[in-house]
Amino acid sequence: MSARTMLRIRRPGRTAAEAAALLIAAAVAFPLYWMVLSALKPAGEIQSTEPRPWTASPSLDSFRRVFEQNDFGRYFLNSLLVAGTVVVASALVAFLAATAVTRFRFRFRTTLLIMFLVAQMVPVEALTIPLFFLMRDFGQLNTLGSLILPHLAFSLPFAIWMLRGFVKAVPEALEEAAYIDGASRTRFLWQILFPLVLPGLVATSVFSFISTWNDFLFAKSFIISDTSRSTLPMALLVFFKPDENDWGGIMAASTVMTIPVLVFFVLVQRRLVSGLGGAVKD
Amino acid sequence: MTANSTTNKAPGASRAGGTFACPPRRRPPAPSARRSGWTPWLYLLPALVLLGGLLVYPICQLGLISFLEYTQAQVSGGEPTTFQGLGNYAALFGDSQFRQVLLTTVVFAAACVLATLLVGCALAVLLTRVRALPRLVLMLAALGAWATPAITGSTVWVFLFDPDFGPVNRALGLGDFSWTYGRYSAFALVLLEVLWCSFPFVMVTVYAGIRAIPTEVLEAAALDGASQWQIWRSVMAPMLRPILVVVTIQSIIWDFKVFTQIYVMTSGGGIAGQNLVLNVYAYQKAFASSEYGLGSAIGVVMLVILLAVTLVHLRLVQRQGEDL
Repeated sequence: MSARTMLRIRRPGRTAAEAAALLIAAAVAFPLYWMVLSALKPAGEIQSTEPRPWTASPSLDSFRRVFEQNDFGRYFLNSLLVAGTVVVASALVAFLAATAVTRFRFRFRTTLLIMFLVAQMVPVEALTIPLFFLMRDFGQLNTLGSLILPHLAFSLPFAIWMLRGFVKAVPEALEEAAYIDGASRTRFLWQILFPLVLPGLVATSVFSFISTWNDFLFAKSFIISDTSRSTLPMALLVFFKPDENDWGGIMAASTVMTIPVLVFFVLVQRRLVSGLGGAVKD
Repeated sequence: MTANSTTNKAPGASRAGGTFACPPRRRPPAPSARRSGWTPWLYLLPALVLLGGLLVYPICQLGLISFLEYTQAQVSGGEPTTFQGLGNYAALFGDSQFRQVLLTTVVFAAACVLATLLVGCALAVLLTRVRALPRLVLMLAALGAWATPAITGSTVWVFLFDPDFGPVNRALGLGDFSWTYGRYSAFALVLLEVLWCSFPFVMVTVYAGIRAIPTEVLEAAALDGASQWQIWRSVMAPMLRPILVVVTIQSIIWDFKVFTQIYVMTSGGGIAGQNLVLNVYAYQKAFASSEYGLGSAIGVVMLVILLAVTLVHLRLVQRQGEDL
């Protein structure tokens, strides 16, 4: 590390590089800043043809409009419930499957792995039509299950693929030692392997959380009549009106929808870089 | 908080990194292999049930429906379902709008992938050349963009480029130029948003990969007088090849399937469908026009294209001699 730093110091143009990095960071962060800013602007300032990058009189009116909208809190809870269930269930199921394909040799193992890889490529949006009929036949339309189950299934191939590296990294010797010490296979699985693989699970859960939380297509297609089961994206669309969009409301609802993901990211980000590095290098 | 401290702080993960730097090609069978029996299948059972019921079965159904005449009349039971053979496919490929959409999707996805990879790799290299603080700032900004849900990202970008109230037109002096009115400007706007939310994945992954390259290698190249570009071209890129392959394939898959951005930013495919891509087109055919058979056929076309991409990926992975 120190050798690398020394190398860098000798190289000219670092100031330029750092200025560029900061400028790019500002540009990348700008849309988010503008979103929060617009959510806080009073109505008059949003509908102004001379938008200013600050506001002298921040107000919570837009947020109030969002939260006073019918059932908004319920939409929020629905979204949280769906994403939370998918993250936990997907982590457990993927952990078991990843253990099976990395720590055992059995027939069709390679075939299965290739299938998991191929399954990642399936455009889930294309499956909306058959899934719609499947949910209808099982009477699952308009239920949260119709959102949880497909997202759970679709998050699995990637999660298994990513976890493989983490499970593989736990030394075989540890497993042998555990058995010699009299641990059962189940005990080894949950009390030794699981805690060691946890960083990988966290990195993986980012992806299942985001894809579920962000889901717009399934929420729009499967929750057709019972709006008490809707999720956040639908609440956001309410503010789009044919004649004039309520930009303050849209930005406030967008802010509310983005914050949980940001919080989640901040919580797991220290695992993310190493997690991706470990998984991808494999 | 930085990626820097990250790698050191996560013991399990950094151990993972260490082990994978030189994966053993032939490893002895796991101790459990001797007496595995049904255990692996037991572990696999939940995953296989879920994938079978919610992925494999719907894919079969998709294929089946694509061969049927399946519209609102059949769904409600008013008319019997009739087998069409390749009728839906013939109708699709005879339709000039579909061919147009197919071409648009490929070109648009290619543009998105190229832009994402260029920006992502460039910024990953930039990250290695700055001190901790600017790196943290850029990393956090990128994570913010990455974390933003596609739908809110889309609404924010539409608002930024709004002809009446948006700051961008104001700053660029474009007056009330409407970005979503013209076909190419609308695609450009969507491309910017897609780039904004997908470059962080490339940047973070490639950066993690660069950090895994032994410092001595880069030092040796620098001491031998290699320029930054030469170091990237001849040292880093070859060592990063596996990561670059993964990132490229992932980007192709994601960008080929763009749905939310197009749907939200161009209000369902743009004026007279000028901004339709396959995914949105299939959705409109199925759920707006109730042409479920046609919609399914479009889905199958997408599936086949992405399957081809996957096979290329598998070939590349095989050529690298990695064992699964």
